[in-house]
Amino acid sequence: MVLATAGPRRTPHASTDDDVDWSTFAVPEDTRHNVAKGERIGSVALGAALVGLGVRRRDPIGLVAALFGGYFITRGATGNCLVYRALGVSTGSADAVLAPWHRDDVTGRAATVNARKAIKVERAVTIDRPRDELYAFWRNFENLPRFMEHLVSVRVDTPTRSHWEAKAPGGRTVEWDAEIVNEVPYEIIAWKSVGEPDVANAGAVNFFDAPGGRGTIVRVTLDYEPPAGRLGAMLSHFTAEEPDRQIREDLRKFKQLMETGEITTSARRVEDSAYVGATPQE
Amino acid sequence: MRAVTWQGTRKMSVDTVPDPEIVQQDDVIVKVTATAICGSDLHLYNHYVTTLEKGDVLGHEFMGEVVEVGKNVRSLKIGDRVVVPFPIACGRCWYCRNGIFSCCDNSNPNAEIPEALYGSSPAGIFGYSHMYGGYAGGQAEYVRVPFADVGPIKVPDGVSDEQVLFLSDILPTGWQAAQRGDICRGDTVAVWGCGPVGYFTIQSAFAQGAERVIAIDCVPERLALARDVCGAEVINHEATEDLVELLKQMTGGRGPDVCIDAVGLEAHGHDLLARADKVKQTLRLEMDRPTVVRQTIQAAAKGGRVSLIGVYGGVIDKFPIGAFFGKGLTMRAGQCDVQAFLPELLQKVLAGEFDMTSIISHRLTLDDAPHGYEIFCDKKDGCTKIVMRP
Repeated sequence: MVLATAGPRRTPHASTDDDVDWSTFAVPEDTRHNVAKGERIGSVALGAALVGLGVRRRDPIGLVAALFGGYFITRGATGNCLVYRALGVSTGSADAVLAPWHRDDVTGRAATVNARKAIKVERAVTIDRPRDELYAFWRNFENLPRFMEHLVSVRVDTPTRSHWEAKAPGGRTVEWDAEIVNEVPYEIIAWKSVGEPDVANAGAVNFFDAPGGRGTIVRVTLDYEPPAGRLGAMLSHFTAEEPDRQIREDLRKFKQLMETGEITTSARRVEDSAYVGATPQE
Repeated sequence: MRAVTWQGTRKMSVDTVPDPEIVQQDDVIVKVTATAICGSDLHLYNHYVTTLEKGDVLGHEFMGEVVEVGKNVRSLKIGDRVVVPFPIACGRCWYCRNGIFSCCDNSNPNAEIPEALYGSSPAGIFGYSHMYGGYAGGQAEYVRVPFADVGPIKVPDGVSDEQVLFLSDILPTGWQAAQRGDICRGDTVAVWGCGPVGYFTIQSAFAQGAERVIAIDCVPERLALARDVCGAEVINHEATEDLVELLKQMTGGRGPDVCIDAVGLEAHGHDLLARADKVKQTLRLEMDRPTVVRQTIQAAAKGGRVSLIGVYGGVIDKFPIGAFFGKGLTMRAGQCDVQAFLPELLQKVLAGEFDMTSIISHRLTLDDAPHGYEIFCDKKDGCTKIVMRP
């Protein structure tokens, strides 16, 4: 998963029939990143160095350096380069896979999350348990904090409404109300934040039968607007709170919990373990 | 409790650390009665396998008595005498259910480290770095054993610890090494490395139908064991100019049908490439020394099989892909799926089909561990295998 990938455009209709309208995969030119991930990091680093130089020199050359530095930081942080755009050049990556699950799965997601500011994360795991069991466990959202490290709590208010509280960088917490916007039992749960969320987000979890009787593929797609914008997401990349990694670890723990009834720990003593005695659906 | 801890490259100590306790309800606590230093522990000792932290308790070959049992454990009770396999396996994932216990999907809590290196993560291992889970090992008085219904095998009273201890690793490991060579009746098998794993690989190769086994090493006492105890023909590779050519001549120009690498990433060699590998490994330009891998491929008969059981961790240079392709070889590798072999091998051990004890050269206490690591690593004092009692 590459943060610089904009992904196919979400259109605000929910298709339930199996014909894929491939035209919806066209990505409008202006929302697509045209700078590759590594180059973005380099761009921010170079920009910061130039700004530093400018601040030290405090003369006209320094001013020019600082201005260029500012541009490089912006370019790295947003993933968009005006010069590349003007030249028609791009080092950014397009989606490598255009698979059926990219079919529009969230009603109104485009309206919930600002595509220009959003981070998109997509991760899948194969779990050797039946689809209905995994679906039922996930559908009870109050179970999720048991394997999602960053979730503090989830409170289910009505069958489609719930209130979420999560840890944010810097020891803060963020809260939002979520509404289920699409639900097909044993196949998909899709939600979006409503009202005035601290973090606007929309996501979906799909459940597929894995080929050859290898269990169930659980795929999570999440779009969210990071609190401090794209720059915040880039910075969190360096502090290991990067959302892609978070989702990957959450899904790994979900798998452990569902397959073995516990979250694996190598702790030698109870006090060293964060996950003691977690058993599913007790 | 007392435990053997890693303190840095070639620095072991024996410390008092907190006793383990039941953490998950399918754990047991084993009071260790015998434990061994494995050749693969030397890769930790020399810090070729990384992600170790000061104070980590090592050891993955151990057995003992169950002294505490979690609520959900069904197959063990207090007082049972067990041998514990070195890979930790959940028994529930697709890999475990298909017998690939060493690739358990759930037993490594630090799976993201090997995932970044290997694409996906193998199982957790007792006392074998944080990349393999960060579990405390068996060179200690007590060990927390997770997923206790899946790993430990009960052994009868009346059989000595030394008779069954090596079921934890080196016997099944040697057995799997031979098995992954798909030995057919009448095959000639060459085994690189006559350490403890090589010792059991040779015995397993004969048990699986090999007509001849040629064993290669440079340590005289190991060669003697391979020849006198296991019945192999032996080669001291330091006394030969061209090992591959010698193997060809010994096999009438064909080369061995099966070549097994029981050496791994710290191979010794004396040709130019081997010296270059040593330099590159020291400079961390190459992570593993592939001398033996190259020799096995070069020596193998056409259509032959190469089985790697010696530990490798990273990437190598100059893999002889042309010879591998041109001769139509098959190569298999992997950590041992100990759990898959234990019931069968325990029966064979009890029936006396293996020589389990001739390899043991030193019987020490836990407090002697730092000295033990040193002599085992440097092959001093005729050291071939060390068993310690807490």
